[in-house]
Amino acid sequence: MLIDFLFELRRRKLPVSTHEWMALMEAMALGLHESSLDGFYHLCRTLCVKDIAQYDAYDEAFLAYFKDIHTDSLQLTEQLRAWLADPKLLEGLTDEQREALKGLDLEKLRELFEQRLREQKERHDGGNRWIGTGGTSPFGTGGFNPNGMRVGGGGGRSAMAVADQRLFKEYRRDVVLDVRQIDVALRGLRRLGREGAQEELDLDETIDQTCKNAGELEVIFRPPRRNRVKVVLLMDVGGSMDPHSELVSRLFTAASRTGRFAKFRSYYFHNCVYNSVYEDAQFRKGLPVADLLATSDRDEKLVVVGDALMHPAELLDPGGSMYLYTSTRASGIEWLRRLAHYFRSSAWLNPEPERFWSGTTIEVIASVFPMYALTLDGLAQAVRFLVRGGERPRVGDPSKWVRAMGS
Amino acid sequence: MVVGMSSDPQFDQFQGTSSYIASDELRHAVNVAVALGRPLLVRGEPGTGKTLLAENLAAALGLPLIRWHVKSTTKAKDGLYVYDTVARLHDSRFGGDVRDIAKYIKLGPLGEALSSSSRVVLLIDEIDKADIEFPNDLLLELDAMRFRIDETGREVVAAERPIVIITSNNEKELPDAFLRRCVFHYIQFPDRELMTRIVRVHHPDITDRVLDNALEAFFSLRATPRLRKKPSTSELIDWICALKKSGVDLSKVGHGIPFLGTLLKTESDVELVQKRAKA
Repeated sequence: MLIDFLFELRRRKLPVSTHEWMALMEAMALGLHESSLDGFYHLCRTLCVKDIAQYDAYDEAFLAYFKDIHTDSLQLTEQLRAWLADPKLLEGLTDEQREALKGLDLEKLRELFEQRLREQKERHDGGNRWIGTGGTSPFGTGGFNPNGMRVGGGGGRSAMAVADQRLFKEYRRDVVLDVRQIDVALRGLRRLGREGAQEELDLDETIDQTCKNAGELEVIFRPPRRNRVKVVLLMDVGGSMDPHSELVSRLFTAASRTGRFAKFRSYYFHNCVYNSVYEDAQFRKGLPVADLLATSDRDEKLVVVGDALMHPAELLDPGGSMYLYTSTRASGIEWLRRLAHYFRSSAWLNPEPERFWSGTTIEVIASVFPMYALTLDGLAQAVRFLVRGGERPRVGDPSKWVRAMGS
Repeated sequence: MVVGMSSDPQFDQFQGTSSYIASDELRHAVNVAVALGRPLLVRGEPGTGKTLLAENLAAALGLPLIRWHVKSTTKAKDGLYVYDTVARLHDSRFGGDVRDIAKYIKLGPLGEALSSSSRVVLLIDEIDKADIEFPNDLLLELDAMRFRIDETGREVVAAERPIVIITSNNEKELPDAFLRRCVFHYIQFPDRELMTRIVRVHHPDITDRVLDNALEAFFSLRATPRLRKKPSTSELIDWICALKKSGVDLSKVGHGIPFLGTLLKTESDVELVQKRAKA
C-alpha cells in the first residue's frame, strides 16, 4: 500500500528515487519506524527528503495520504494561475470609451484601485468597473485601458502596474546552445591571483633551484592561480522581458558555472529595482536592497540585465513601484543610483536592440549605469569596463530627462 | 515523537551525551543512519553543533573518531590515499631502497576508516567547501565501503562499515546522486527551551536570572535585521563564559551588550548594533 505514498510524493515534485525508497523499505523491515506513524514520518523524511525547502510539500503529501486531509495549496495556486493566464479579451470598444480610458494618473489610479479592491467581493469578467479580466475598467488583466493597472497574468509591454503574482519562468535552465560563446566572453572577467595552498609544481623554479643546488633535487611548489572576481547578477524577468528570456537564461547558465567566479549571486526584479530584489523568479522570497548592500563587498561587480523600458512614471515618480504593496517614497531611479554608487564597478546589459534606445527610459538609466547591448560585442565591452574601468558609453542625450528627474 | 520504544535494543544507540544535547529528531536520524549503515548528512547554520555531533557520537558509542576536514583544495582521492612521489624521488637521490611503493602510500582519513579492523566514526567536515564534484567522487567508496590502491594493487575492504557523519554549511548545492545515498537531517537553530538546556550543560552553575537575561539579549541580537553573521550557539556559550569570568551583571548594564566582540565578528555588524542601541 505504501507504494501509493511514493507516487503521492513524486506527484508533488519531490524527487524521491527508487534507491531511497528501497532504503526506506529496508529501514522499515528493521523496525526503525518504531511501528508508529510518528516514527514513520521522521524516518521517511530523513531518508527521502534531502532539502529543507521541500519539507513543506512532504508534510502536505503526508497529511493528504494518511489523514485524508486535502490541503491542496499547490494545486490551488495552479488553478489561480490558469484563471489569470486566460483573460477574456473584449473587443469592439467605441471610440468614446477609449477616450475615457486615457488620462488617469498613477496616484489617482492607485487610490481607486484600493478603494475598489475593498468593495469587490467576487470575480468579474467584462464590465467597466470591477477588477477582473477583459473589460474597460482601469484595473484587471487583458483589458483595453492604456493607463490601466494590470492585475495578474497577461502579456503586453506597457502595463502601468501589476498588483499580483505572475507566471514567470525560472531562468535557471541549462541551455547549451551558444552558451559557449558567452562563456568565452566572460572568460575576460577575471582577476587572477595566487592564493591558498602551495600545491602546484613550479617547474621553472624547480629546475632553477636544482641547478643552483648543483643537481641536488629541490622541488618548489606554488599556489594555483584562481579567479578572484565576485559577481552580483540582477535579472529583470517577465513582462516586456519575455521575448528575451532565452538569451538571458544563456547568460545566466554561463555565468553561474561553478568555479567561474570566487563568489556568484543572482537575484530577480521586475521592470525596475525598488525596495527589494528577489531570490526566485516568482518574487516570493524578497531581499531588501539594503540587505543586499549590507552583505556585499563594494569590490563585487554588479551586473544588471534588463531592457530598462518602462513607463517614465515607474522610473521617476516617487513610489512608482509596480508592486503596489511594496512601494516606498524613493523613486526607481533613486534605488538604481544607490546600487550604482555602492558598487565600485557595475554594468547594465540590455537585450533591446540599440537602435530603439533613444527617447526611452533606457537613456535615463544609462546615465546611472554604463549601458551595453546584450550581444557578444556589448558583453565583451562590458567585461572590459568591469575589469579595467575607462570611459562609459554615451547613450542618447539624458539632459532632457534631467529636469524630470529633478536633479 | 516517540523515541525509545524501539523493538530493537540495538537501535537506540545514541541518546546524546552529558555535554551534548541532541533534539529527538536528531537522535532518531543518527540512529537510522547507524542502523542502515548509510552516511548521515547534517546541515544547518554554522555553530549549531554539527561537528560536535560526530565527536559526541563517537564518545557515546565508545568508538574511535577519524576526522576529515575538507578544504577548498581537498581532492576526493586524498581522502583514500596519497602516493608520495616526491618523497620517493627524494629518497632515490640518496640511494635509499625505493622499490617498495607501499612505503610511499599514505592512507587518508577515509582510507584509514575503511582499513580499520574495528568500527570507527568518520567525520567528513564541511563537505561543501570542496569542489562541486567532490561528493560525486566519493559515491562508490561510501556505497561499497571499499577501494583499491592502484599503485600496489591492494584492495581495502572495510571489515565493519564505519559510521559516517558528513556536515555541510549549505554553501553549495550537493549533487543529487550523492544526496540519494545519505540520511539527511537539518539541525534547526535551537529554540529558547532547548537553548536553556544546552547552556546549562556547559555552565551548570549559572543562575536562572543571569541565564534569562543572557538569552533575552542573545535572541534579540539574533533578531537584528541585516546582520552579516548571526551569533550562534557556540558564540553564546563563549559569551556567557566571558560574562561569568568578568562578573558583569547583565541586568545592570542596560541597553549596551558587554563583550560584543565574542558574539559579533564583523566590524559592520558591531557598528549596526551599536547604532541601534543608541537610537
